Amino acid sequence: MTIAPGKPEIYRGTRIPSPIPTVLQLDQSLREDDDILQVNFGPNHPSTHGVLRLIVDLDGENVVSLAAVVGYLHTGFEKNMEQKTWWKAITYPERIDYVSFQNNELAFVLAIEKLLGVEIPPKASWMRMLLCELNRVHSHLVWLATGALELGAISMFWYCFRERERILDLFELCCGTRMHTRYFQAGGLAEDIPRGFFPECRAFTERMPGAVDEYETILNRNAIWLERTKGLGLLSAADALALGQSGPVLRASGVDWDLRKNQPYLAYDEVDFRVPVYYNGDVYDRYRVHMVEMRESTRIVAQALDRLEGMFGEPWIVDDRRFVLPPRHELHTSMESLIHHFKIVTEGYRVPEGEVYVPTESPRGEFGCYVVSSGGPKPWRVKFRAPSFVALEATATCMSDALVADLIAIVGSLDTVMGEVDR
Amino acid sequence: MTYEGVPGLVETKEAYGETTLILDPARLREASFHLRDEEGFNVLADLAATDYLGWPQSKEQVAGYKGSAAGRNINAPGSWGLARLPDPRATRFCVNYHLLAIPDGRRVRVQVWVEDGDPVQSVVNVWPTADWHEREAWDMMGISFEGHPNLVRILMDDDWEGHPLRKDYPIGGEPVRFSGEE
Repeated sequence: MTIAPGKPEIYRGTRIPSPIPTVLQLDQSLREDDDILQVNFGPNHPSTHGVLRLIVDLDGENVVSLAAVVGYLHTGFEKNMEQKTWWKAITYPERIDYVSFQNNELAFVLAIEKLLGVEIPPKASWMRMLLCELNRVHSHLVWLATGALELGAISMFWYCFRERERILDLFELCCGTRMHTRYFQAGGLAEDIPRGFFPECRAFTERMPGAVDEYETILNRNAIWLERTKGLGLLSAADALALGQSGPVLRASGVDWDLRKNQPYLAYDEVDFRVPVYYNGDVYDRYRVHMVEMRESTRIVAQALDRLEGMFGEPWIVDDRRFVLPPRHELHTSMESLIHHFKIVTEGYRVPEGEVYVPTESPRGEFGCYVVSSGGPKPWRVKFRAPSFVALEATATCMSDALVADLIAIVGSLDTVMGEVDR
Repeated sequence: MTYEGVPGLVETKEAYGETTLILDPARLREASFHLRDEEGFNVLADLAATDYLGWPQSKEQVAGYKGSAAGRNINAPGSWGLARLPDPRATRFCVNYHLLAIPDGRRVRVQVWVEDGDPVQSVVNVWPTADWHEREAWDMMGISFEGHPNLVRILMDDDWEGHPLRKDYPIGGEPVRFSGEE
């Protein structure tokens, strides 16, 4: 693998279990041993980020076999979306991953727009990017808070949730709800950006770098934290690619790959930011990637604010009445607009036939949306490429020669949200 | 970029800026090794199966879909609306492999079309990440993968009947226990 030249290999060869790549199987010679203890880790365990069940065989404190069982949160989002009109279906992707809702919503909205062949106004593009980056910080904060909490650093939880509250307040100010905002509409945004959002958001961007400094002060030189994260859960670049990893997990393994940089969407090619890459492929490096990404996302938010403040009065949604609701004031004066509004709301708009796959960089990695349209008012098929689902496939590989105490740190570091895994 | 050398290539389509390769299902694994080793597609980003049962239009807007809905062609001249549409039965399932080449960032969609019950060759030994994706396709669509080491349900219960994402599986069709309707 020549992706990180000059860096030593994390380990030689491959550690992906064989023949089943996602199940670490118990060695036959150990099976006869009486001391093997089988433990069901979950599904209702406080540190499984939802309802994940790991069936683990323990030899003393060593994990000798592992199989992940998922599906406890399966709610049939994809099936439900086939029954809803396009604009109603936008609410579903947010609920799939309840921590990075706006990034998920974005992927589906971009897919609709790709099928419709519509160019959105720059204001909508920049605002979407701003919210997605705020959402990335929010997601990383939840990851850091719960990840540190699981390893016993309970104070991190309070510090991270302090900043998380401020982000949720920003969402509330802008969209009316704290989570599951449904602010993105095919063609742009659902509403104009409200007054008072910019100064509040500016204050947040000024506060956030200092907050990340605080987190690092707590953790970076904390002997317990370092002991429990360094050199654990190793995943080499080659194994990460073979297992389809993306996002922070891939970047911690030394692969410089970020869709925002490598395949830019929205206005990511117009902002200045750095993609953190670390080369040890362990839990600590995944933590480092998350920390740097929080700083970089805050920088993107600040740049987007600079740009958006100069866009006062510009349209926030494209003026294309094929799929955009008529403005509210027209409904009081124009019968045609009222009929049109009624038609779009009840029947839904039609999206041209075809199939598209739209990949976006969600906080957890490549969140892809594969959509098939039959030309009707409802999607024919929607499939989400959930980065958490793929990240969990790497558990067995990361867990080779791990101790049971490290299991929590390793599973936590893969940053999975079970809602997204099970969909 | 052309993909002329891919084994079993039936057709190449370009739509919405995306390339779709339609492959012969019998040569899928051979083609996968070729795509990984010769063309550099080292990541399987996603695997998505689609059920085209009851697909409404006779147009071939979706790559690889051949056939049309059963029914009468009321526009056929001179037939008084009684002409049958040709080829009423189309291939039902489509399995899409979204491939990605890191670091150069090329993407391609590979499609194979199969009937209900036809096995598809597993690509777990080409891209290990296919393990759970194929289990999901089996669970949700009932497409069996030949050579998969552990093809069991993943999202639904082990004793679940039916494959929920099929078009003929009703929404809300599962029995509700203790509802008085049993």
